[in-house]
Amino acid sequence: MQDHLDELESKTIYILREAYNRIKPLGMLWSIGKDSTALLWCIRKAFYGRVPFPMIQLDTGMEEDEVYAFRDQLVKDWGFELKIEQCPPEEQMDQTLPPATRAAARKTEGLKNLLAREKYKGVIVGIRRDEQSMRAKERVFSPRRFDGTWDYKDQPAEFWDQYKTDFPEDTHVRIHPILHWREIDIWRYTQRENIPIVPLYLARNGMRFRSLGEKNITFPIKSNASTIEEIIAELETTKTSERAGRSMDSETEDSFERLRQSGYM
Amino acid sequence: MTQQAEKVGVVIVGHVDHGKSTLIGRLLHDTDSLMDGKLKEVQESCKRRNVPFEWSFLLDAFQAERDQAVTIDTTQIWFKSKKRPYVIIDAPGHREFLKNMISGAAFADAAILVVDAAEGVREQTKRHAYLLHLLGLKQVVVAINKMDAAGYNEKRFNDVKAEITAYLSGIDVVPRAILPIAAREGDNIAKKSDKMPWHKGLSLLEQLDAFSPAQPPVEKPLRFPVQDVYRFDERRIIVGRITSGVVRKGDVLTFSPSNRTATVVSIEKWNAPHEILSAQAGESVGITLDQPIYAARGDVASHADKTPMLTHDFRGNIFWLGKEPLRAGKRYKIKLATAEATVTVQSIDRVIDTGDLTRTEKDFVSANEMAMVTFHSRETIALDPFADNHETGRAVIIENQDVVGGGILNMDGLADLRLQRQAAQENLHAVDHLLTAGDRALRNGHRGMVAWLTGLSGAGKSTLAMRVEGALHAKGMQTYVLDGDNVRRGLNADLGFSAKDRSENIRRVGEVAALMADAGLIVITAFISPFVADRRSARAAAGEGFHEIHVKADLSTCEKRDPKGLYKKARSGKIAEFTGITSPYEPPETPELVVDTGGHDVDECVGMIVDHILKHARISAARNPQSARAES
Ligand SMILES: Nc1nc2c(ncn2[C@@H]2O[C@H](COP(=O)(O)OP(=O)(O)O)[C@@H](O)[C@H]2O)c(=O)[nH]1
Repeated sequence: MQDHLDELESKTIYILREAYNRIKPLGMLWSIGKDSTALLWCIRKAFYGRVPFPMIQLDTGMEEDEVYAFRDQLVKDWGFELKIEQCPPEEQMDQTLPPATRAAARKTEGLKNLLAREKYKGVIVGIRRDEQSMRAKERVFSPRRFDGTWDYKDQPAEFWDQYKTDFPEDTHVRIHPILHWREIDIWRYTQRENIPIVPLYLARNGMRFRSLGEKNITFPIKSNASTIEEIIAELETTKTSERAGRSMDSETEDSFERLRQSGYM
Repeated sequence: MTQQAEKVGVVIVGHVDHGKSTLIGRLLHDTDSLMDGKLKEVQESCKRRNVPFEWSFLLDAFQAERDQAVTIDTTQIWFKSKKRPYVIIDAPGHREFLKNMISGAAFADAAILVVDAAEGVREQTKRHAYLLHLLGLKQVVVAINKMDAAGYNEKRFNDVKAEITAYLSGIDVVPRAILPIAAREGDNIAKKSDKMPWHKGLSLLEQLDAFSPAQPPVEKPLRFPVQDVYRFDERRIIVGRITSGVVRKGDVLTFSPSNRTATVVSIEKWNAPHEILSAQAGESVGITLDQPIYAARGDVASHADKTPMLTHDFRGNIFWLGKEPLRAGKRYKIKLATAEATVTVQSIDRVIDTGDLTRTEKDFVSANEMAMVTFHSRETIALDPFADNHETGRAVIIENQDVVGGGILNMDGLADLRLQRQAAQENLHAVDHLLTAGDRALRNGHRGMVAWLTGLSGAGKSTLAMRVEGALHAKGMQTYVLDGDNVRRGLNADLGFSAKDRSENIRRVGEVAALMADAGLIVITAFISPFVADRRSARAAAGEGFHEIHVKADLSTCEKRDPKGLYKKARSGKIAEFTGITSPYEPPETPELVVDTGGHDVDECVGMIVDHILKHARISAARNPQSARAES
């Protein structure tokens, strides 16, 4: 019998294998956080221990030190190709965006530069539907125009595990293999499979990070959950949002919407 | 770790204003899924603005609040009963949202069809019910709503119940229950209402709790659509997701449509704690086989005694989303599990008016319409009637790279090719050869293989074939070239140039090439062979030793070369169906080798092909099939 986590994993593996078969060249944005690391684990499962396309980090230079240390250790332990893309500085961003959103926009620009240079046709991204309501509207295979923009009002029909895998020349596709997972699923899976995580997720002195972003725009939450088990217990009762520690989301009603339309993850 | 009960996905459908949003708001409230104080807040805000309170405002309030409530968003709404979590997949009732509704409803385990007790069955009631039928949703409950406005009257309930039952039975939907509710009042939502003592059945929530998450069809015959073939190391792993049934180590599998069989040596998952002896519907796995039979993406593996049907013709009960209507005679691409095929709409048998289920004779199907359509496919397709097996019995239709429709398939009144082929083969008995391919390879110093050159007329196939043969011969290898000249004269003298005859021509060449390769020769074929389907059957005939080599040159280059003056004739209309001009060339998707004769001179191209053949035919050479895949 497949249990709930097996089912989620099987679906993710199916999507990854579709992407690998249908779309070339392919890369994955690895944020080093819990979601994309669990996804990286699924990639190793899908391809029998291999990671057959590069992991890409959109680096703003603003991650916590523990994040960089974790990154380098995992590359060493698992042996996969990592490409680090330096994002352009904040001064170059749209100045009408609120400050924290502007900082996040650096990643969007970094991604655009990368796409223009490396000509990736497919970019795998570890977002989940339950994170944010704009992400809830996403498709698993989500076409973007070359400038990265997303037309969320006219998306391809997607059903019966049939995904849109053919595109005009000037588009690329975002692939979302863990769209159907929830935050608690990720933690249960991380625990079951013994997947390494950045230690910042676990509480120290009554604080922990629920979501990891740049130093300047992500803040820890109050929590005593110092093991994954305790995080799961915490999540089973909480009613607040995962991204509550991300300042860009609450800046203005439509900050996140504007970010995503212009190509944010 | 506490094991959570599995969630059930629910889609709520029904005519506009019959109370879908009210029902959702009420379900959230009655299952205590709202944040504390939310209801009061919305009620007070209504009072302030002097508008009557509506339960559906709770949904709007959630959206405004978006990220505050983790579990709620615009398309998926989570709530919990005592038994398990539910996710409501919101399906807006407007006609133009069909695309989104299908994208959502296709993931539902169960459906609630809401019908207004006063208004009864309306247009969208019928349309949505019909879609539930097409999507194969079996767990359906009908909620006859606004019973308060109908005076909680049993007779009114029975009238509407009779009306909806009549419609549903016409489309093969058997509801598990038909319940009287008043969403606004909370009657029979989370608990039984005392206003309708005559109702002996369950409340809506109890009824939902009686459903179960849709289980992958483990008890059905095995279907394992091949998604890809990996050769990361010495193993050749055939991967895919099992859509139905169970596969066990040691099972003999038949691959359709090629009809080849092999035995499962192992079931492969990475990092599995112990050897895997079986895998079942829903699992993404890999298998290795005892024989290197040709198997590729699109094939379906099954057990030999319970195979899918094989056919060129099939019917679909389809819904259409395309901006351009579907028309008889037009060509589309379909995707069926992992297979793709080019199909022609043979006939539009009827367009169905979901209102009264009448049929209209039309030769097109517009957006949002449903129809019965007969398709013809050039390639042999393996399928199951939807009634037997859902995953391998439905297909999506693609035009200009977009999904423009979908449908469930049947074979009513059409023949299963497999049965015909079996009958034809009944009298043939394969004689066991005592000599093996290995013996022949040892004698010759190389393996037999087929180097199948494909490309436009004038791309250089014949020139290359002759030069390559010369080079190999000089190295002491056993070779033969098959081309139009030596085949058309005898073996295929009975064939003309109609589409059917050209296809038969290639089929015979494929079979002959396979025999010659089996006899130990290196066979080089030089045919335009423009269609993927034809080359695919040639590959299936020859198995592992088949190497597709795309001799590539632009149409304009070929037309400039025009060694036999054929393009000129085709342009002036003297030759019908000339590849590249009036008939398509379907380039190979994953050829073993591509040689670009526009970009390299003849010597270079000959060298590339000779190198490729030497690498794969030499017995001393270590085999590294990965590198056999062309880079481009
Ligand atoms: N009398 C009565 N009215 C209801 C009931 N349920 C919904 N309504 C009303 O019917 C109208 C349409 O409901 P709504 O939920 O928006 O319908 P939808 O278009 O199907 O989502 C609203 O004015 C509701 O208040 C009910 O049980 N009784």
